Amino acid sequence: MDMATATNGQTVIDLLRLYGDYAAAVDSAQWDKWVEFFVDDCEYKIQPRENFERGFPLSTLALLSKNMLKDRVYGIHETLYHDPYYQRHVVGMPVIREDKDGVIIAEANYAVFRTKLSGESTVFNVGRYLDKIRREDGKLKFVSRLCIYDTEMIPNSIIYPI
Amino acid sequence: MGQTPEVFKQPHVWETEGSSRIPFWAYTDEAIYKKELDRLFYKGHWSYIGLEAEVPNPGDFKRTVIGERSVVMTRDMDGAINVVENVCAHRGMQFCRERHGNKKELVCPYHQWNYSLKGDLQGVPFRRGVKQDGKVNGGMPKEFKTEDHGLNKLKVATRGGVVFASFDHEVEPFEDYLGPTILGYFDRLFNGRKLTILGYNRQRIPGNWKLMQENIKDPYHPGLLHTWFVTYGLWRADNKSELKMDEHFRHAAMISTRGTGGKKEEVTQGVTSFKENMEVLDKRLIDIVPEAWWNGPTALMMTIFPSVIFQQQVNSVSTRHIQPNGHGSFDFVWTHFGFEDDTPEMTQRRLIQANLFGPAGFVSADDGEVIELSQFGFEQKPSHRAVAELGGYECENTDHMVTETLIRGMYNYWRKVMEV
Repeated sequence: MDMATATNGQTVIDLLRLYGDYAAAVDSAQWDKWVEFFVDDCEYKIQPRENFERGFPLSTLALLSKNMLKDRVYGIHETLYHDPYYQRHVVGMPVIREDKDGVIIAEANYAVFRTKLSGESTVFNVGRYLDKIRREDGKLKFVSRLCIYDTEMIPNSIIYPI
Repeated sequence: MGQTPEVFKQPHVWETEGSSRIPFWAYTDEAIYKKELDRLFYKGHWSYIGLEAEVPNPGDFKRTVIGERSVVMTRDMDGAINVVENVCAHRGMQFCRERHGNKKELVCPYHQWNYSLKGDLQGVPFRRGVKQDGKVNGGMPKEFKTEDHGLNKLKVATRGGVVFASFDHEVEPFEDYLGPTILGYFDRLFNGRKLTILGYNRQRIPGNWKLMQENIKDPYHPGLLHTWFVTYGLWRADNKSELKMDEHFRHAAMISTRGTGGKKEEVTQGVTSFKENMEVLDKRLIDIVPEAWWNGPTALMMTIFPSVIFQQQVNSVSTRHIQPNGHGSFDFVWTHFGFEDDTPEMTQRRLIQANLFGPAGFVSADDGEVIELSQFGFEQKPSHRAVAELGGYECENTDHMVTETLIRGMYNYWRKVMEV
């Protein structure tokens, strides 16, 4: 991809920082911070690869604005009953597909491990991020983040953002 | 002495009258589970296969399961729906591994036995032997008839675009199986309009499969466990509602009309999940638009025993397929759909409301979690029992939802068929 070489060094560093900070936030239950990685008019989806590839619009979770992300955070804090668990993301090196007019199209593989109290650590969700990113107030933010997962059977439920 | 109950007591005997006390071993015993597969999934019952809209064209197929047995639904060249068992008649190989696709015939890769989309054996390689040096070697015996070696064909029923099948060709007609009351609600949802597939969600829930049936036969919990339901009045104990069953008590419908929600009332007093001040920031999550076909009820949850749940929760409609895999686990496959006459806005509304359901749903994620934790409780002391006595001991239809009558109904039927 020649586009990547056209991206300046600072943008690449900023992108790596965004991916690192995002993973650190969702692995340390900082949900309010998670919301701030997105622009107001954003899109966040967790979607099975099957639906994505077959052109079915359904997502496992489809949040269509920053306010909807905040509603999810409220849900995590206040309304969703669940067995407590830790999650741990391992995110691969991002591939920059396009960097044009201040908008970056990038993707990266991810694996999320889940650890329940008194339980072993298991593979929870594996897939790739498909991202659209732009600079806002000097910081890179997600216009859209699609988590397209290979994992065929969700181990019971997904409560926290991927 | 004698006061501390034995935890792993054998044999397993249902000790009480009726069906309001359910022994934990009904969820933990592997032999009981195998008997359930034989008597509930493989004999005398209809099981959910899918929607016709999943196989719209001749040659389309979908692989799925009944109980633990892999089956393939096909649309043949005549446009008819067939369901065949995914086991080659030759050496027993599970020949179909793709989950969907389009084929002109079904071929087992092992020895190239090929079948029509209806499941008839069309030919086998080297049937008449192989000629070498003027002599014919091998081949099938003269008596070998292709018609004796087709795939196992299931009995199929289609209605309103929904496909059911049974291994048991003696099973009663599908309409009789549902009975008039449940059939009426079935026809309300599947009234002949073409369905459009919105997509799938798949989750593996580590609990006994019956717990999923019970979850949707239990109107006691939604207004308590599910903050969303109680706060927005989508489902709570003072909603106008009815609970109805077929004459055998195996299927059920929970019919409810959304109340005003909000303000504190008797049913929300002391309910910790009720959040008076909760308000969604993005109103699209509860942007409910009544549809003509509802004829009133805002929620109608149907449990068709043993394999499927049909959901209408406001504008979100889906099928939820129960696929058991062992006594303590099942796969739960959600197929969200819409109708051909939906506007783009209605499709978007259904997709947004889908956030309430499925494995990450604001509401349904809770259900999977409590099922897993219930199974933990059962496994730790199988000789104990659960209590389902809200509303009394009987199995009866009601005009309110403050009762566990539907769970008692299901176990009343279960005890008869399982002979326990």
